[in-house]
Amino acid sequence: MSAPRRGDGVTLGPPGPEPTDLGRFGEFGGRFVPETLVPALEELELEFRRAWTSPEFREEYAQLLAQYAGRPTPVTECHRLSEHLGVRVLLKREDLTHTGSHKINNVLGQALLTQRMGKRRVIAETGAGQHGVATATACALFGLDCIVFMGAVDVERQALNVFRMQLLGAEVIPVTSGSATLKDAINDALRDWVASVQSTHYCIGSVVGPHPFPWMVREFQRIVGDEAREQTRSILGGDPDFVVACVGGGSNAMGTFAGFTDTDAQLIGVEAGGLGIETGHHGASVSRGVPGALHGARSLYLQNEDGQILEAHSISAGLDYPGVGPEHAALAASGRAEYPSATDVEALAGFQLLSKLEGIVPALEPAHAVGWLMREAGNRVPKDSTVMLTMSGRGDKDAMQVSEMLAEQAGR
Amino acid sequence: MNLEATLRGARDRGAKLLVPYVTGGLGRGWLDVVRAVAAAGADAIEVGIPFSDPVMDGRTIQEASQRALDIGATPGSIIDELDGLDAGVPIAVMTYYNPVHHMGHERFAQRLSASGIDAAIVPDLPLDELNGWADAADAADVETVLLAAPTTSDERLHAICERSRGFVYGVALLGITGERTELAVEATEMGRRLKAVTDKPVLLGLGISNPDQARVAAASSDGVIVGSALVRRLLEGGGPEGAAEFVHELRQGLDQG
Repeated sequence: MSAPRRGDGVTLGPPGPEPTDLGRFGEFGGRFVPETLVPALEELELEFRRAWTSPEFREEYAQLLAQYAGRPTPVTECHRLSEHLGVRVLLKREDLTHTGSHKINNVLGQALLTQRMGKRRVIAETGAGQHGVATATACALFGLDCIVFMGAVDVERQALNVFRMQLLGAEVIPVTSGSATLKDAINDALRDWVASVQSTHYCIGSVVGPHPFPWMVREFQRIVGDEAREQTRSILGGDPDFVVACVGGGSNAMGTFAGFTDTDAQLIGVEAGGLGIETGHHGASVSRGVPGALHGARSLYLQNEDGQILEAHSISAGLDYPGVGPEHAALAASGRAEYPSATDVEALAGFQLLSKLEGIVPALEPAHAVGWLMREAGNRVPKDSTVMLTMSGRGDKDAMQVSEMLAEQAGR
Repeated sequence: MNLEATLRGARDRGAKLLVPYVTGGLGRGWLDVVRAVAAAGADAIEVGIPFSDPVMDGRTIQEASQRALDIGATPGSIIDELDGLDAGVPIAVMTYYNPVHHMGHERFAQRLSASGIDAAIVPDLPLDELNGWADAADAADVETVLLAAPTTSDERLHAICERSRGFVYGVALLGITGERTELAVEATEMGRRLKAVTDKPVLLGLGISNPDQARVAAASSDGVIVGSALVRRLLEGGGPEGAAEFVHELRQGLDQG
């Protein structure tokens, strides 16, 4: 079933490698969940494996990506930014998809699966609201009931996305437990799912969670990397020297990396450096986390000396998560990818520079990748290198917050 | 095999089993609560080691866990405080996998054993992921209690009963911990299915909130675990006396069954 499938202009590459041994990527992954959920995860794994090798499913998925999500997205060569930084920068434009971020790729796949499983209710967690909006969109398209769990803190700082979800027919439930952010939204979504599992699909938004989610979400996002690889080849005549993407849970990075793991490109996942790694207020789970098990997977998590999970900090709600997908943990362990970080301040600089030089307003999440590149061009990234950076989403949602922060900076 | 032997002994004498749950580290007098609950008629006690992200728990136990953490409870402190406690009944700790993983399987098991703790319940460590922990627990003579759920297939149910030590924990509803006004329809069916496949003690837990519900749930099983209803009384300031009074009522309810 590995023949590419076409849906008006979208070609799915062959399926990628499956994890081994109950969802293991090296020593990471697995299925650490209450017994109540195990049968549903077994069913989901079976359904996904069948669907992902079914020509009909792949055709339907490819058509949705083309006709509804607006794929393929272009790769844009950034001439002015390249000149400014002294390295040649290409952007994979996930910001141009319907709903404005890569999240749509995953939710369309999971919505199709939900239909196949005969379920009518979908729950999701969201941080910045991008995955919540994408899920609400897919549920509107398919006529499914949609409930989105969102930390009460995030409900406050992302009011626009809350309204968008409600407009799309979703119910948004503010989560007040714990730190009232993304981690707690996932906790409450899992708590709902333990009670509703027979009628409900949990549409996880990143490459996190119990098997089969990290594998399945990577597969639904690999279109990003598969397209980018062909597009960069036609522009550069070869593979880029560096492939860069931001990492919270890590879905846009994992989808991007999937297209480049067998090339010579250096894979760079940029984590949230927050107020600075040394302050302890950050979201750098790969570099500062230790192995543990949360939300169903063994991976790297920020935690204290007793194994209690710590709160992450980032200017961007989408990177405000104290863990990372297990496949990233494995890529870090093997050395195939590296995971530096960019601070809040560096992300703000990236946000402004890309807007000014290229007319592209990035979301705060990929602005971290831009900020890292600004710092490392001429250093870790030698002059005249070629760089493919995934612009995972557009910055409209963050414009208000950034405007307030810049005013605050100017006032100091 | 102290927990299983004790529960089998009580069951074989014709009693219904009662295992109350108490959040470890919830207030300075929490060990007095454990002693009072034991004296009021518990057959064993489940002590919760609080975790920051308890996904199987509803609001009551979330709040109790957070309060305990806020006043400094740690896995190490709770295990140490239980050392030398002479409650006269077996103790099982209930916690999530991350604190166990963080301390290390061998070290966690050895510390439980050294403190005289008989068993461990780790609800996010299902049968398929049990290996590393269960080997360490077996070696340290700590009994690992497994959970079976209403969604569990018959085939898995057999394997779970086979591997469980101490007793088999039947999840009595679809959902998380917390009081319910009615006993869930899944409770009796869960008890019946488990009793049909195992001779080990079968206890039902989750959502069992009062003596009447305990009596009905115990009719299809060997007994019950009661957590949130008891912990709520502790959060409301009931103290050891309030806890003992409630456990005594549960005991009477079960004995009438």
